[in-house]
Amino acid sequence: MNYKTLIGLEIHSELLTNSKIFCSCTTSFVGDENTHCCPICLGLPGTLPVVNKKVVDFAIKAGLALNCEISQFSKMDRKNYFYPDLTKAYQISQYDLPICHDGYIKTEADQKIRIRRIHLEEDAGKSIHTNEGSSLLNYNRAGVPLIEIVSEPDMTSADEAYEFLEKLKAILQYIEVSDCKMEQGSLRCDVNINVKSEDGTFVSNIVELKNLNSFKAVAKAIEYEEKRHIHLLEKSENTVKETRRWDDAKNETIRMRSKEYAQDYRYFPEPDLGTIEIDYDWIEKIRETIPELPNDKKKRFIKEYNLPEKDIDVLMITKKMANFFEDVVKEFKDVNMVSNWIRIELYRRLKENNTEIDDIKFSIEDFSKFLELIKKGTINNNAGKKVFKEMYETGKTPEMIVKEKGLIQIEDEEQIRDIVKQVLKENPKSIEDFKNGKDRALGFLIGQVMKLSRGKANPQIVNTLIKEELI
Amino acid sequence: MEVYKLTAHEVRDKIKNKEISSKEVTESILIHIEKTDPHIGAYVSIRDEIALKRAKKVDKDIADGKEISDLGGIPMAVKDNICTAGMATTCSSKMLQNFIPPYNATVINKIYEKDSILIGKTNMDEFAMGSSTENSAFKITKNPWDTKRVPGGSSGGSAAAVASGEAFFALGSDTGGSIRQPASFCGLVGLKPTYGLVSRYGLIAYASSLDQIGPITKDVEDCALVMNAIAGYDSMDSTSANYKKVDYKKSLVKDVKGLKIGIAKEYFEEGIDYDVKKQVLASIEIFKSLGAEVEEVSLPHTKYALSAYYIIASCECSSNFARFDGIRYGFRAQGYENIKDLFIKNRTEGFGDEVKRRIMLGTYALSAGYYDQYYHKALKIRTLIKRDFDRAFEKFDLLITPTAPTTAFKIGEKTKDTLHMHMSDICTVPVNIAGVPAMSIPCGFKDGLPIGMQIIGNYFDESTILRAAYTFEKNTNYHKERPNRR
Amino acid sequence: MSIRIKDVEQVAERSRLSFTEEEKEGLKDQLNNILEHVKELDEVKLEGVEPTYNILEVKNVFREDKMKPSMDREEVLMNASDTQNGCFKVPKVVE
Ligand SMILES: [Mg+2]
Ligand SMILES: [Zn+2]
Repeated sequence: MNYKTLIGLEIHSELLTNSKIFCSCTTSFVGDENTHCCPICLGLPGTLPVVNKKVVDFAIKAGLALNCEISQFSKMDRKNYFYPDLTKAYQISQYDLPICHDGYIKTEADQKIRIRRIHLEEDAGKSIHTNEGSSLLNYNRAGVPLIEIVSEPDMTSADEAYEFLEKLKAILQYIEVSDCKMEQGSLRCDVNINVKSEDGTFVSNIVELKNLNSFKAVAKAIEYEEKRHIHLLEKSENTVKETRRWDDAKNETIRMRSKEYAQDYRYFPEPDLGTIEIDYDWIEKIRETIPELPNDKKKRFIKEYNLPEKDIDVLMITKKMANFFEDVVKEFKDVNMVSNWIRIELYRRLKENNTEIDDIKFSIEDFSKFLELIKKGTINNNAGKKVFKEMYETGKTPEMIVKEKGLIQIEDEEQIRDIVKQVLKENPKSIEDFKNGKDRALGFLIGQVMKLSRGKANPQIVNTLIKEELI
Repeated sequence: MEVYKLTAHEVRDKIKNKEISSKEVTESILIHIEKTDPHIGAYVSIRDEIALKRAKKVDKDIADGKEISDLGGIPMAVKDNICTAGMATTCSSKMLQNFIPPYNATVINKIYEKDSILIGKTNMDEFAMGSSTENSAFKITKNPWDTKRVPGGSSGGSAAAVASGEAFFALGSDTGGSIRQPASFCGLVGLKPTYGLVSRYGLIAYASSLDQIGPITKDVEDCALVMNAIAGYDSMDSTSANYKKVDYKKSLVKDVKGLKIGIAKEYFEEGIDYDVKKQVLASIEIFKSLGAEVEEVSLPHTKYALSAYYIIASCECSSNFARFDGIRYGFRAQGYENIKDLFIKNRTEGFGDEVKRRIMLGTYALSAGYYDQYYHKALKIRTLIKRDFDRAFEKFDLLITPTAPTTAFKIGEKTKDTLHMHMSDICTVPVNIAGVPAMSIPCGFKDGLPIGMQIIGNYFDESTILRAAYTFEKNTNYHKERPNRR
Repeated sequence: MSIRIKDVEQVAERSRLSFTEEEKEGLKDQLNNILEHVKELDEVKLEGVEPTYNILEVKNVFREDKMKPSMDREEVLMNASDTQNGCFKVPKVVE
């Protein structure tokens, strides 16, 4: 029998505000344990919350970017449960009146993945487990603002869920409300999954998956569960309503707790806060701050730059990268060359060093001049790589590097011919091979010439001259 | 001269005229406390040295010719559920016996700004749950008019301190009558301000949507002075009202001519002591004779207020009190097996019975399947009760009722069950549900025990309450009586 | 429908409280008494009546996104009965 998988996602995303949602403590990740705390986020008795306006602005912004309706009237509620990470023993969240609802993200295949709701809430603290049977609590993250984004169970495969997450992340980063760093915990994703036979007669119970620390883990856990659900149904069994966690090392999901006795959160309206009422003007003011979103940008890039789609995907991996690309193109018109150098050399290094494009040491002007040097043939491609490496590492101008390293290309035919002759004289065996039809020999000879010229000879001229000399 | 018998404004005059220094006043009060408090039990902690230091500072300011405020240099007391930085704030609970807040409640900062001398923290029903101050983890506070009787509650320590002259005024908190009922039992003036007029920041919450801090004083003028000090918007409290600043001293006017006073008829029905009723009605006659227009008015949903109160207060407290888990502060039990066991032991050993009872009720009422039946419904009843008041205040300036159904009852008389105890709150609870302001002032005696009259005003119209109360006071002598301990 | 001992036990669990058998009996009766009393609310017609969340109808109270210094760690931990390495210490939290 064929089965359809139903996947819904719940994403928690920390917002990029300066201060926490209900107090003035910093949201910074850097700092010793329990140094970003005040009476309010520690939940000391008598303290009261006051909502950070930026948090509401950001939630509206996320809602608009994700095609949501913005609620004119919403309120905060208390979600009550005992947990040592939770300083008040309730999380201030939103229950029946979330700030945004009914949005969607469109996939490449033009499928709408619906978003049921986006609500505001506060993050909890963190516990570190020791080997001596105790846990140590750090409340620096307690009260950091979050939006929780809940999708409808509209995804049918791991790939689709992966694409949804990639798109969501790109959008949240583009609108600068979250940095979406899963490894830091500023983006977290839980999965609800079950499968259904095509005729609808067999349906597995919904299982919740937690502890997914990368998009890859999300995809792998979904694939694992899909198989497990189908396998059980085919044995005339069913899954248990439960929460399972993904074990990255073992590549499997492991049961955490049953959902039969679901937590009773005893939600009720937060009496310490008023309501949030959002009017047309407020929404429009936020709408003005939304930049071109990834989907639109991609369409425009395809039209404007005529590059392959997969290249564009890399060029616009972040908004800053896309801006960098467009800024360079303004100075240096060879779009293909700009694209190649950014995608291959620059992007690789950024990824290697785990840095952001705004941390690079060279300017757009220098990068453009650098490309100009290659284009004009002042340096060849090989030398270009060396220059780029130096630019990336030191921030020196390309002219300076070329001069220091003496990398200017040798264009003088006579000079190159001398080197060619010398190489041929020293390598009679290769000439022999070449004449016997071994093409590799030509490559070797060219390489030797380049080596002798310390990489500075114009490769095209080298090529032509060797052939001339050989024939 | 027995300084402790004076009102705050009388002491102020003497300090300003340099008849007496703040240090002398403070010392005499500390001596008086030493003699009196063993019999009354108003305080849970005293901080004499800091108090004297502050008093000396005020004296120096006066000597330097600095202008001091109306409450400058005057010893006062604070209910022990209002946070004081560096000074234990216990809510009279074992749970918070060793809790030292690192911050001040907004009202404490305001009191300090006025240079009042905080003498100590007063006893209360544990976490403000109770109407007699018998329900403290530490001790039972006694009524200075009759030490075999309760001072009322939950701000019983504050009321007893003021009535016995152990403080010139005190701050209390009122969730269902906890300022007004003890003021009534102790022959004092107690005001529960409009919800939102005084910041709740730093008041350890019992029921967040009902709690309000207010003054307990010896007379109406003192009440106005304290309100001038503590009222006002606070950006730390989202439910604080951004209302224009009022000078309550200007309300101290001897004139009720043309004031429209409603006799809230539901408050004079069954359960109210005959003599209490008689005395309150006689007091209304005084207003009438002074030119007020008096008429009966009905607030038909009054009878539902107590039920709504049970639900709202217990639901909110079950959530507010969940934070007391003994991890970051508060009572820590010995010998626990795991984290859940730790929570359970800390809470079971740290909380008293009444607190646990209300937490249980609230947890039950908020549970899945019951929310609509209880909390949501209570919030709708709240709408109706509020509408009753709105409608009444379209026609009337003030409403008058008894504060409590009886005078102070005997210690141990009503400790058996919650329902019975709550009956003493029937006249005060509707006011908290609606959030309107109300004051209790002394209006007579029965068998040597004070009777209180409740004057209810419209939202943010504390001024009219003060004006009527002041006029009444100037035409009667009840407020001049002082208890002779017996 | 009235509260049974089983309900008392469940509510106690959710409240993180424990009671002796005798206390449970007492609580059962007291809670039933109160719930019986509260039943009077059922007589009130509430159709079309909106709940009052906050009495002053407070809306849109916000603070600006400004950072202020937090407390010193000593002060953060000051009231805790068990701490280690600048953290609050509890028995191992397992899920
Ligand atoms: Mg959540
Ligand atoms: Zn904080």
